[in-house]
Formats: sequence, structure tokens, C-alpha cells
Amino acid sequence: MRFLFKTDYDQDLRLFKHGGQGFWYGLLFVVLLAAPWWASEYMMTQLHFIGIYSIVGLGLMLLVGFTGQISLGHAAFLAVGAYTEALLAAAGWPFWLSLPCAALLSAAVGIVVGLPALRLKGIYLAIATLAFGVIAEEIAARWESLTGGNSGLHVKPIQLFGATLDGDADFYYLVLALTALCCIALANLLRSPTGRAFVAIRDSEISAACMGVNLARYKTLSFALSAALTGVGGALYAHKVSFISPEQFTLLVSIELVTLVILGGVGSLHGAVFGAAFIIVLPQLIAIVKDYLPAAVAGAAGLQSTVFGLVLIGFIIFEPMGLYGRWLKIRTWFELFPFYRKGMFRRQKTYMKSERLR
Amino acid sequence: MRFFGVQDLGVRFGGVVAVDNVSFEVQRGEVYTIIGPNGAGKTTIFNLVGLIYPASTGRIVFQDRDLNGLAPHRVAELGIARTFQNIELFEHATVLQNLLIGRHRHRRTALWQELAFSGAVKRAERAQREAVEKVIDFLDLQHYRDSMVAGLPYGVRKVIELGRALATEPKLLLLDEPSSGLNPEETNDMAYWIEDIQKGLGITVLMVEHDMSLVQRVSDRVLALNEGRAIAQGTPAEVQSHPAVIEAYLGAKAPA
Repeated sequence: MRFLFKTDYDQDLRLFKHGGQGFWYGLLFVVLLAAPWWASEYMMTQLHFIGIYSIVGLGLMLLVGFTGQISLGHAAFLAVGAYTEALLAAAGWPFWLSLPCAALLSAAVGIVVGLPALRLKGIYLAIATLAFGVIAEEIAARWESLTGGNSGLHVKPIQLFGATLDGDADFYYLVLALTALCCIALANLLRSPTGRAFVAIRDSEISAACMGVNLARYKTLSFALSAALTGVGGALYAHKVSFISPEQFTLLVSIELVTLVILGGVGSLHGAVFGAAFIIVLPQLIAIVKDYLPAAVAGAAGLQSTVFGLVLIGFIIFEPMGLYGRWLKIRTWFELFPFYRKGMFRRQKTYMKSERLR
Repeated sequence: MRFFGVQDLGVRFGGVVAVDNVSFEVQRGEVYTIIGPNGAGKTTIFNLVGLIYPASTGRIVFQDRDLNGLAPHRVAELGIARTFQNIELFEHATVLQNLLIGRHRHRRTALWQELAFSGAVKRAERAQREAVEKVIDFLDLQHYRDSMVAGLPYGVRKVIELGRALATEPKLLLLDEPSSGLNPEETNDMAYWIEDIQKGLGITVLMVEHDMSLVQRVSDRVLALNEGRAIAQGTPAEVQSHPAVIEAYLGAKAPA
């Protein structure tokens, strides 16, 4: 059991609260750095996707988990990032220039989509963003002169500092670096005034405003940052799959991303990464299990969607804190052994809140 | 200079006139209390002052500045903080984080600095923490610093909300029924704190309150409302013995 004695304000400001944490994250990073040596080609591809989805998941987590705004149109930001990157790469722009452009353009679109969020809440915001997602998909399909329409667009490999980056390991290091950077930047943001303002908006808009938080500004900012991260993910995705078409950015993808956030654990950065890993690994597991299922079930259309749906419902009922919540419980069990109690993580009932101010 | 005052303040929701031509002045350094039966419009006045919804008529002036038409967050930036009758804390954050959000109007760092958590952010965070620790000491909240608000008892939340308002370092503090839901002992503590806030910290307090013993103990002046209209103003004793106030609370004597 570990006791943390706090003797200095800086202890609460640090990213790693104690040496053990630093050690484990360091170890994880070293293991990931060495991945090209221990991972097969197939596993490397999975790691690429987990990294890309982690970045996208972090973006959506910031919006859903920390600012409390729902979005069912995030595939559209993924598309904006992917198409921007594809077109700029085709025009011969280097990656270090085209990636920020993809992020900025996504952020700009995010601001436009965020504007209705200033007036809409809950389910209505979900409907508005869903409509936006559908519109964006339609635009990608119809604007043939730019996007190539339904026949899609080939994406050139990454051009970085005069060299072409097309090796598995090179791409892996690029994704790993960007994922780590996004994690650290968001962790930094969340321990700063801006991150606290986001959390304040999530928990009570009215008292956030009364504490001087400019609701319009911070909601828009959250949408912009979230869209920018998703755009970065989209740009990497475009290079990874090297062919993009509107079918890759449908409503189902948006829902998959929301699923990622909920499965991972709403309101934690770890959750975004856990969720990404889960979303990537689950289809592989389904594919493996398929061989042992009766043909009528294994061959049925929509098997994967059904499993995803069931898993989502299961998590909401049995583990609302997601994979990260489960991990926290397991960790606490070991830390407190043998004193762990069943009700330790039970959610407290909220006291009455004023209804008329909503 | 006028410190704080409202003039001919009024608001109607459809056919209901919730506040009707109320005017009053709060002097710097006093504790000014608004009393009145349920539905008199006390909290509505608070929400009008906080610009949660716009007034239909009248003006709200703070330090010679007209508040009408400003966004709600501007009110906090000018130095007015409030608490809520039914507690509006950030439930899924620790007590420390709640109080730090109170420091929001004192932030000085830009987004890109925060993304990198630069030295400037670190220094600012240390300074904010020191300011928050003063509030924690003042209200004896040391024990709850790292607890999640969601699990804390009602009385403690009430104090945390007061702390969050104090962390903004306001010039004017609006307290919406600070003693509601508190037991006599906690109410007693609250009275001491209000006195300390007024005399020690020099913060002007505008308060809505039902508990008459608390009102008598801490208020310098009292305004009585009934059905949206001001019916009496003066010292606590004057207002309490005012015939219109007695009539509002207890009803008029039947004509003999």
C-alpha cells in the first residue's frame, strides 16, 4: 500500500504523482519504442490503427468526456483531415506543413459546427451534429472535382524532409510520436485553467458562467480542439489506408467513435487509448470466433455491429466507467489488498439540483 | 460613487410579474438581506443581477457601471460572486478543483502555454493554489481537499460553494439562502463566517435568507419583498415589526 504525503503544492501539479507512475509509463514507452523488433507485420498494422484511433479518441474524449458536449458527427472531421491531407500531399506539400493545415481546417469546421452547440443541449446537439455528419459525407460524395466522389482518392505516401516515409516502422514512430504528443498536450491542458473551465461547463453551465467562464468561447474552443485532433487522426488514417472514399466516413464511423469513448471510460484520457485498442481488437476477435460459430450466425450480415451494440449496452449497465474504470478497480484491489470493499466505486446519488435554471 | 444598486428592476414571465419595480442600494461593506415569503421574487432578483436572464425593466448598477446587456461571465469578472440555493457545484471534480475554478477570472495564461505547461503556467498555478489554500484555511476545509464533491454531505457542499465564491476574490458576494438545509450548529458557523467575510475580508454581502435569527444577527439592513414588490426596508428590527411584513407572512387581521 502506498501513502502519498503531500508537503509541496508542486506535487499536485506534476504529471506523475509518484516515482512508480513515472517508472511504469517509461517502461510502457520503451516497450512501444521497441515494437518493430517484437511485433509481427500484422501486429504493427494494428498498432498503427490503435495510435490513429487514440488520437481521434482523445479529440472526442475532450469534447464528450471533459466538456460534456455530445457529437455524432465526428467522422466528418476525420474526413476533413483525411481529404485535406490527401489533396495537399498530391499537390506535393511536405507532411510537416500539410498536417497542421489538415488540423487547422478541421478546427475551423469544428468552430462552425460548434456554433449551434452554444444554444443546443443533450439530444438536440446530438441531432444537429448527426445532421452535419450526414451532410459532410454527402459533400464528399458529390464534390467530384475535388474529392473524386464515390470512386475515391488515392493518397500518396508521406513526404517528410525530402524523404518518402513508407516503411512500417517509420510510420509507426510517426504515429507513436504524435499520439504521445497529443496525450501530453491534453494532460497539460486539463491541469490548467482551460481544462478546468471545460470540466466546469460539463458539470454545471450556470455556475461556470457565474465563476467567469465565457461559455461561448470555451465551448467553441473545445469543439475546435476536438476537431483538430480528429483531423490529425484523419490525416494519418488517409496515409495508412492510402485510399479514401466517402464510405469510410459514414454515420457508423461516428457512432463507432462515440462507442470508443464510452467503452474506454468517459472522462479519462486513458479511456481514449483503452477504447481505441478495444475498438481495433474487437473485430479481430470476432473474426477469430467466427470460425467456431454455426454458419447461420457467422455468415449473418451485421454480426459485428450487433456485437458492438451488445458490448456497448453491457458496459453502460455493468461498468459505466468503462475499461478505465475497470482498470482503476483492479489497481485499487491490489493497492489496498486485502481491504478492498465492493461499494468503493459506487456512484453517489446526486442531491437535488435546481431545475428552473436549466 | 455608487457601490451597488438596482433601480425600478422588474421582470415578467408571460403574464406573471415576478419582480415589480424594486429599487434598493447596497453600501460598500454592509450585509444587506432580502427576506420575503416563498415566491416573493428573491432568487429572481439574484438571477437578474447575475444576468442569468434579462430584466424587463430597470437598471442594475455596480460601481457606477450599468450591468444590463453584459454576458453572465462578465459579472464575475467585475467582481460579483454568488452561491446557489440548491448548490451548483462541479460534482465530478475534487474540492480543490472546484475552488480553483473559482480562480478562473484571475487566469493570465494563453492556450499554447497551457498545452506545453510552461514555466509561466506552473508559476500561475502555484499562485492560484496559494490563494485557494487561504480560503481552505478560512473555512476549515483542509480535510476535504482531495475528496470528490459527489460524495460529500450537504452541509459541507454548502461551505464549499461559499469557498468557491470567495476564491474569486469578489467585491460583492451574493448568498442565496446560505443556511437552507443546515442544522443549527452549521447555521451558527455560517453566521460567524458571514461576519468574518464582512469584517475580516471587507467583502460586501447581499443575501437572501429565511432564518430570521441569522438575519438579525448578521444583517445591517433588510429589505422585505412580497409578490415581487418591496414592502419594507430598514434595520432587521424595524422590518420585522413592520405591519406590511407581518401581514405578508401571517395574513391580515380579520376586520372586527
